Amino acid sequence: MPTMQDQTLSGAIFEESALLTVKDLSRMCAVDERHIVEFVEEGVLNVVEVDTAEWHFSGSALRRARLALRLERDLELNLAGVALALELMEELQHLRRELQARR
Amino acid sequence: MEFKDYYKVMGVARDATEAQIKQAYRKLARKYHPDVSKEKDAEARFKDVGEAYEVLKSPEKRAAYDQLGKGHSAGQDFRPPPDWDAGFEFSGAGGRDAAFSDFFESLFGAQRRQGAGGNRGAFRPGRGEDHHAKVLLDLEATLHGGARQLTLRVPEIDSDGRLATRERTLNVQVPKGILPGQHIRLAGQGARPPADGAPDSGAPGSGAAGDLFIEVEFQPHPLYKIVGRDLYLDLPVAPWEAALGASVKTPTPGGTVDLKIPAGAHAGSKLRLKGRGIPSSPPGDLYVILQIALPPANDDNAKAAYAAMAAALPFSPRANLGV
Repeated sequence: MPTMQDQTLSGAIFEESALLTVKDLSRMCAVDERHIVEFVEEGVLNVVEVDTAEWHFSGSALRRARLALRLERDLELNLAGVALALELMEELQHLRRELQARR
Repeated sequence: MEFKDYYKVMGVARDATEAQIKQAYRKLARKYHPDVSKEKDAEARFKDVGEAYEVLKSPEKRAAYDQLGKGHSAGQDFRPPPDWDAGFEFSGAGGRDAAFSDFFESLFGAQRRQGAGGNRGAFRPGRGEDHHAKVLLDLEATLHGGARQLTLRVPEIDSDGRLATRERTLNVQVPKGILPGQHIRLAGQGARPPADGAPDSGAPGSGAAGDLFIEVEFQPHPLYKIVGRDLYLDLPVAPWEAALGASVKTPTPGGTVDLKIPAGAHAGSKLRLKGRGIPSSPPGDLYVILQIALPPANDDNAKAAYAAMAAALPFSPRANLGV
């Protein structure tokens, strides 16, 4: 890994370009592929409909998967608990935005 | 180095059972987890709690720590005696991405690394791990795009096998229109590929380096409130501008514009300037919220004007209150 960078690095907005496979997510989150499959089965992650046999995810699945993994590991939640926590956190975020917009 | 009282951090007695320690951890973790907590120092507190739990949940580490802790109290200067952990057997835990305190690393760092390595590298042999970081940017970075110098804290294993945090400075071109919570992906800026031969030889392998994912959030802006891809601006107008309608100068991220205030506007009226929020795809909107600013009645002229208005207008602002 380079230590100092003098040149400017460019990168794309990940969420806009990426369509991710189970393999991609598994690598980016450093977990087993089975774990990603379990996330889908429990409804933690949503598969984007694509015209192939393989599952695909939108780029925003990365943030969600990493959040789910943190909750699982740090709070010792099971999958159903993670799914519930994510739903409630999403609702909370939605309500906070509404509140901000109205204030 | 300061001695850390892990029992105090967890709020449990020194003779607490495993079940009590687990219960205390879960309670504190829910309270201070940075993803769910609203506490100000959540991140630091959560790290302390996680570190304490890492030690107290493991019978071997706890025994070693207890042995060592005799005669020490929190905050006291501390240096581990040589061979302090002789006779204890450690199993690797692994799985965390942040460095614990120097105190922890001096005691358990080296042992833990031995067990942790193999598990994580196994997902795609030959390729370096992806790294993740989070940065706080100014709103202008996404409004106009541009290079920013980012300082990241990278956990790294030093020559003694301890996990330490190193600062890394990068110049990054921020993509215009990036939204809070989105990531900039820098290909090849993650971990070096693991060595081909012995896993601990330190030499980079022949595979590709991992990627670096930078999650973006924004600092509060003095003018605009950031709500997803939309921006909100409070715009003060004079009573006559609101009542009669007017064209007023308004700041927007793209520069000053003339905004038409419709006649009969009131405080809290919301005007939408389509596409003038964060320039994402699709672009966000800019919402202008009107605020009525009253001119002060601080001289005879102003007082006369208010008095004339009172005389001319049959207006009761409290008509709806039944008084």
